[in-house]
Amino acid sequence: MTAVAPKTASGAGRTDRFYLLMIVLPCAFLALLYFLPVLNVLVLSVTEPQPGIQNYQMLAESGALHRILLNTLRVSLSTTALTLLLGYMFSLGINSMAPRTRTVALFVVLASFWISALIRAYAWVAILQPNGLINQLLMGIGLIDTPLILVRNELGVIIGMVHYMLPYAILPIYANMAGIDRSLLRASRALGANRWRTFWWVFFPQSLPGLAGSGILVMIFSLGFYITPAILGGGRVVMIAEYISIQISETLRWGVATMLATVLVMVVVALTIWMSRYLKVGGGLASKGGKS
Amino acid sequence: MNASLFPRIVAWAVACFLALPVLIMLPISLTPNRYLSLPKDGISLRHYKSLIDDPQWIASIADSLFVATLAAMLAVVLGASFAIGIWRRGGMAERVLQPIMLAPMIVPPIVHSVAFYKGWAEIGLLDTYTGLILVHAMKGTPFVILTVAAALANFDPRTEQAARSLGASAGRTMAWVVLPQIKGGLLSGAVFAFFISWDEIIVALFITMRQVYTLPRRIWDGLEDNIDPAIAALGSLMILATVALMILQTIKKR
Repeated sequence: MTAVAPKTASGAGRTDRFYLLMIVLPCAFLALLYFLPVLNVLVLSVTEPQPGIQNYQMLAESGALHRILLNTLRVSLSTTALTLLLGYMFSLGINSMAPRTRTVALFVVLASFWISALIRAYAWVAILQPNGLINQLLMGIGLIDTPLILVRNELGVIIGMVHYMLPYAILPIYANMAGIDRSLLRASRALGANRWRTFWWVFFPQSLPGLAGSGILVMIFSLGFYITPAILGGGRVVMIAEYISIQISETLRWGVATMLATVLVMVVVALTIWMSRYLKVGGGLASKGGKS
Repeated sequence: MNASLFPRIVAWAVACFLALPVLIMLPISLTPNRYLSLPKDGISLRHYKSLIDDPQWIASIADSLFVATLAAMLAVVLGASFAIGIWRRGGMAERVLQPIMLAPMIVPPIVHSVAFYKGWAEIGLLDTYTGLILVHAMKGTPFVILTVAAALANFDPRTEQAARSLGASAGRTMAWVVLPQIKGGLLSGAVFAFFISWDEIIVALFITMRQVYTLPRRIWDGLEDNIDPAIAALGSLMILATVALMILQTIKKR
């Protein structure tokens, strides 16, 4: 025993260094190849075209920027509100389904999650465009004479974004609902509350953390969304991400682009910190990967 | 019963909404027309044929497979190493470093795309496989960290200590005790990382031009010109593959 003891002690020291290295190497990798380039470009917001905060002053002064920011905010808020409403109703619905049917409904959600955003945006164009599925159907049955404008406008963008965000909202909301103690609901009913009061005063407050967490998550994704608004907006609903891209690749205004990127990152980081009160960051993902 | 009927109806309506683009893809891909439409008189496989005949589609699929495979491997090494390290050490490292390491998942893609565009130009990695693989690996790493951390949460750290105190070296313990226990987490992490890369478009738009031309990039450019039904054929194949894999995994779990 005495001969073994010092060996384990030094072994433990080596193990500690071993695990330390396992932490340090990936961190160094990301620090050098991720954080350095990102910070390097964000700094441009106070150095391009000349040192100073003139880019940030544009936030207050430029009408074009105000329009972009308002577009972004309006589309993101509408998307978040609609996604939460539909996601909450969906979760309520599957919560009262038989396990087998619930599996089918959840399978649809997960399948949607795994299908490429690009392919989905393409499908929505096919469905919503003037000679697309919906318009052909409505004109076929004689309900309308001229095609409805459903795409290359804000409506199309919101439809596509809600579709993309729903799985992200449903999984945390449903996980939270499934964890609510049923005996509390029975107790409330037994004490004389009707269904509606039981839902509103007992069930709903307990489902709020899932709702809040998903809402912030959807907001985070929506604010920086690029693909769906670009494809379904057709250049008419320009949100902040597409605007940044235009500044970089067409007008070469690096100062404005990086200023907006900095603002976007700060808002997203603040929202993420807020969200971590309700959801473990990425907590739902592990189970999504495991169960899908 | 009535009170819960309404949410259930809404639930099925939402499920239909989610499935609609998927369900529409297959008929569109079978249209005999040159443009995007539903087949009216007869179906045709011409758009599938054009996928196979066009060497450019095949080249892009090969590019995407190559990039995604290497990116997923690198992401698994980085993510698993980090997750195991903080699992073993805990404390400050876990609370402070883990959220930071998840950044590539949270930071809006447009922001790091601009960053890599500038950064990779400075070190000559623009439009190279290495450049794209590095970025995709870093985008996949947070997902591997999360899946491996979840797998480790169910794994008793004393098992690892037992192996060590019985004289196994750190490397041996890793290979024979820790890694086999978290196989599931490693695998789902790898699947996530592969998918992140396979589907990634925004960074690819900024840092690749002609040398590296991944599938999403080609689809994107196809959308810009005119909406080619060949994309529907490709989309249908991708959807079928996804659903088949999901069904396979559900069956395996039972």
